[in-house]
Amino acid sequence: MKKEEKVVEKPDNVAKASVPGKRAIDSSDANHKLIKKSDIILLVVILLVAVIGVSYIMSTKEPGGKVVISIDGEVIEEFQLSDDHEYQMVTDNGNNLIVIKAGVVDITEADCPDKVCVNHVPIENVGETIICLPHKLVVEIVE
Amino acid sequence: MKSDNPKIITIKDSNRSEGSGRTNKEIALTGVFIALAMILSYLESLVPIGFAVPGIKLGLANLVTIVALYKLGLKDTIIISLGRILLSGILFGNMMVIIYSLAGAFLSILVMVLVKKTKVFSSTGVSICGAIFHNLGQIIVAVITLENGNIMYYMLVLAIAGAVAGTVIGILSGIIIRNIRI
Repeated sequence: MKKEEKVVEKPDNVAKASVPGKRAIDSSDANHKLIKKSDIILLVVILLVAVIGVSYIMSTKEPGGKVVISIDGEVIEEFQLSDDHEYQMVTDNGNNLIVIKAGVVDITEADCPDKVCVNHVPIENVGETIICLPHKLVVEIVE
Repeated sequence: MKSDNPKIITIKDSNRSEGSGRTNKEIALTGVFIALAMILSYLESLVPIGFAVPGIKLGLANLVTIVALYKLGLKDTIIISLGRILLSGILFGNMMVIIYSLAGAFLSILVMVLVKKTKVFSSTGVSICGAIFHNLGQIIVAVITLENGNIMYYMLVLAIAGAVAGTVIGILSGIIIRNIRI
């Protein structure tokens, strides 16, 4: 019986919120919450999982032995990281200059539009990659 | 008991049903939203923040997507996203850019609609999920085209960036949703 009384009050409140003069403003949007507790929980959980994952990968880092260069999933060349070397990659899509120096691999020049591969930090550990999407080029460090 | 509920609904309905010529308005709004989204993604391309880690960006265009999702509905949101991707893809990019953007946008909108329906999160949570699944969609295309599964690890880094950028964009779009009159 108590429940019935509460329900009766509701229509009155709704009528107050939707004044005819204030058209276009949806009362539910005017009270739109910017952030909820659940949003913060979501954010924290995602950050925690990702940070733990990244630090796990960082901790299992080991210096690589070889660098594998592939285009479109097909291995083109392999080089020992111990030998300093410059390799000009020439493909149908474009050119990349891959430099191996003191066990570190870097792309120093490329004629791709975005230059993401050139701006990428040099790589040296197993599993690290430099990717040039426009040229479908993957430079990957292996054991 | 039962007679009380229909009353609430009728009051809300009468408040909303005043848009005559709604389709014209919708078409105009869709055009404005597409233009806005294109300008925002162009503005963003002028400020390169993902220099060391490619793929990291604020996602200003997602601001438009979220506001559209809350204000115009799913159908218009899809039209706006498609319009922006095809137009800026043809104008400034190439076929690969369009494929990457479509994969990201499709997965992102799908997840945002589902998350929004649960009503557990505000627009901020919806935006965070959208950002992360946008990255995931693009990574999946990269894994397929490069035939290299190792770059999946990269998703972890993008998830951190996506969560932060998604929060900022989510709060901003919340402010817009609260104040804009459509």
